[in-house]
Amino acid sequence: MSVLPVNDTSLWKPTRLLNRRVELAVKLIFGLFALVSVATTIGIIATLIFETFEFFREVSMVSFLTDSKWTPLFSSAQFGIFVLVSATVMLSGIAISVALPLGLLSAICLSEYASPKLRSILKPLLEVLAGIPSVVFGYFALLLVTPFLQSITPGLEGFNALSAGVVLGVSITPLVASLSEDAISAVPQSLRDGAYALGATKRETIISVVLPAALSGIVSSVILAVSRAIGETMIVTLAAGQHPRLGLNPFVPVMAMTAFIVQASLGDTPAGSLAYKTIYAVGMSLFVLTLILNIFSFWFVRRFREKYE
Amino acid sequence: MDEQMEAVLRAEQVSVSYSGSTAVKNVYLNIPRNRVVAFIGPSGCGKSTILRCFNRMNDLVAGAKMDGRITFNDVDIYDSSVDPVDLRRQVVMVFQKPNPFPKSIYENIAFGARINGYQGDMDELVERSLQQAAIWDEVKDKLKDSGLALSGGQQQRLCIARAIAIQPEVILMDEPCSALDPISTLRVEELIKKLIENYTIVIVTHNMQQASRVSDYTAFFNAKATETGGKMGYLVEYDRTENIFHNPQQQATQEYVSGRFG
Amino acid sequence: MANLASDPSRSPLGGGSKGRFKSELSKRYRIDSLFSAAAWTAVTLLVLVLALLIGDVLVDGAARLSWDFLTSFPSRKAEEAGLLSALVGTIWVMVIVAVVSFPLGVGAGIYLEEFAEDSWFARAIEININNLAGVPSIIYGLLGLQVFVRWMEPITGGRSILSGALTLALLILPVVIVATRESLRAVPDSLRQAGFALGATRWQVVCNQVLPLALPGILTGTILALSRAIGETAPLITIGALTFISFLPEDLQSPFTVLPIQVFNWISRPQEAFHTNSAAGIIVLLGVLLLMNSSAVLLRNYLQKRH
Repeated sequence: MSVLPVNDTSLWKPTRLLNRRVELAVKLIFGLFALVSVATTIGIIATLIFETFEFFREVSMVSFLTDSKWTPLFSSAQFGIFVLVSATVMLSGIAISVALPLGLLSAICLSEYASPKLRSILKPLLEVLAGIPSVVFGYFALLLVTPFLQSITPGLEGFNALSAGVVLGVSITPLVASLSEDAISAVPQSLRDGAYALGATKRETIISVVLPAALSGIVSSVILAVSRAIGETMIVTLAAGQHPRLGLNPFVPVMAMTAFIVQASLGDTPAGSLAYKTIYAVGMSLFVLTLILNIFSFWFVRRFREKYE
Repeated sequence: MDEQMEAVLRAEQVSVSYSGSTAVKNVYLNIPRNRVVAFIGPSGCGKSTILRCFNRMNDLVAGAKMDGRITFNDVDIYDSSVDPVDLRRQVVMVFQKPNPFPKSIYENIAFGARINGYQGDMDELVERSLQQAAIWDEVKDKLKDSGLALSGGQQQRLCIARAIAIQPEVILMDEPCSALDPISTLRVEELIKKLIENYTIVIVTHNMQQASRVSDYTAFFNAKATETGGKMGYLVEYDRTENIFHNPQQQATQEYVSGRFG
Repeated sequence: MANLASDPSRSPLGGGSKGRFKSELSKRYRIDSLFSAAAWTAVTLLVLVLALLIGDVLVDGAARLSWDFLTSFPSRKAEEAGLLSALVGTIWVMVIVAVVSFPLGVGAGIYLEEFAEDSWFARAIEININNLAGVPSIIYGLLGLQVFVRWMEPITGGRSILSGALTLALLILPVVIVATRESLRAVPDSLRQAGFALGATRWQVVCNQVLPLALPGILTGTILALSRAIGETAPLITIGALTFISFLPEDLQSPFTVLPIQVFNWISRPQEAFHTNSAAGIIVLLGVLLLMNSSAVLLRNYLQKRH
């Protein structure tokens, strides 16, 4: 039997130097790619801060926070941001009061009641619902839900927060459902067994043991959904209207923060004009609002997450 | 066995299969009142499976199927008129890994009592259960703390306290000490000996010393390979614990208790 | 199942009201069935909403679909208006988004998962990516407006296809990175160890052993991210995509429109005939999405079978 010629160096031509260079180049280039995401964040924050700063050189912070009207494009301009915030808050409130019960109950149904086979049909259907573009939901809200609600609600106007909020709620329900389901499925079976072994019924097990154990995940899914609702644009632009109005009346047209940005963008807003800066001031407010929610969610999860082995 | 002893639980010709493959076959067994019965045997011998039949926890496992008959106080627990929820309230279970609910210590105890409609004073019940489980002194100042903040051994005693709070007749314990350190194990064993005045206990254990220390009767299960490559368990011998350990009738029991396999 | 607790004395276990316990099982079961009914209702409702949504759009718009509709430019007359410029615009934008976001996202994912040491830098990027996922898409539009439309106007040509595509690429970049990292993480570490043990460099191991296995997941994740980008309207409106375009783009610096913006424009007109157009446009949009999602699934199945 012949022995392999291990020391016959003529057979091997290692390219160690080249390899090391390729390795370094790859690491450098891909590291730069990773930095693009950091640059995006910095870009967003820098742009918003810069233009918002410019905005506040022309409009006082006090009137931005205390004016009761939002008329930035009129000659007698007023900049009460809370006019837009009130609409956004009302729309998100309606949305989450639809999405929370619907999404949470669906999550419970999928993880605790549906058979694996049924679940494998239902989950993709929810994903389809989640993947439907928001402009389609806007169509649905304006041309199907609003006429329907008008037929049962006297005095409901053609643009209103109610139908926009309800459809917005439907659009974020799959998010609540799928993230809550993840949290519920992650609750160890041993906890359920513990409850059953004490003579708890299925509902008692779910409500008293499973849901509390999944609480941090459920809350973070709801917060994420609220922040999605706040940033959602097309449904509220199409169905809630373009009428800045302070207050929480869901039956009349209102203007959400995102709807203003769309309205202003569709018009002529040359760079450097006050209208242009106003878009960024509203964008900044929107960004801060969602950032607060994200930070709260992050804090909540860290504070209340239960650790299981 | 003492035939005159009153049997709380009685298994007759019990076989269990999961998704068609038999896990344990043809078990006959009586659990006498106010005694400790230990189930021992190598892994895969079906001792936990049988245990989980006694309060129908196996109902919760998809594909599990039981044949034969199990009676609790002479009532067939698999009869259509028997509700597993009702049964589990009287035949409770403590699990291998401590599984306190992610709630306060107090709420862990109160939960079972509350859902089962306890009419008495809850504070008193919580205190008494924790005392019976020999953990009161360690937790009496932090009843509002999470049950998960306790050590493993404390968690397991909390789970036992949680079980006795609903005043069951039988406590099933599925390897309750396998996740615990030796000192915690000792405390749980002492607890078992104390509880026997009021309860009937069935304990599955891998630890033969534990079986000989705490139990009055011992059932030895063994497993044999099936044609399909799986394992099928069966009951080899069931007798007073001292007989199983010092005077077993079967060769396999002799070999197992003397540590030759398993 | 028989109820035992309505009359505890009849319970075969005799446990209905032992001592100071009042189990009241029948009452508890009534609440149980109400609860499970609520859970099933919620799921059924969601499925019905989906069916209603698709059904409504089909009923409203199917009759309007025709070859002419797909090959006509928009028009002031609803009956003559078509989708051509929007359809072509969507295809242009998507190709560029894919070309930009795929290498960037996969490269960044590989760096973070395979090359980066566990340093504050890597953790900062990770937190940053998670945060980016929570930023509303319209904010990306504001970024694109400032950076691509204003500052980089000499390159992008202002309110152009390129500006729109780059904005959307940044929007989906976090999704591609996360999908890449998850697919890489699913490849067993033993495979990498085996490669290293034979004297391969990290890049050789990643390139030859890890990537081929992770590719199905990466591709699926990227296509799903792209299909999200297709439906995005708000950021493109912000950077100034036009709603009325009666010519086809010639290069990357051309003005453009895309399907959802055309649909948005038609919905926001008062005339009913335009609403019909928007329904037909939605059918096309959903058709494109369906095509992409099913190709993602097929691709994954195909690649998984090959390995």
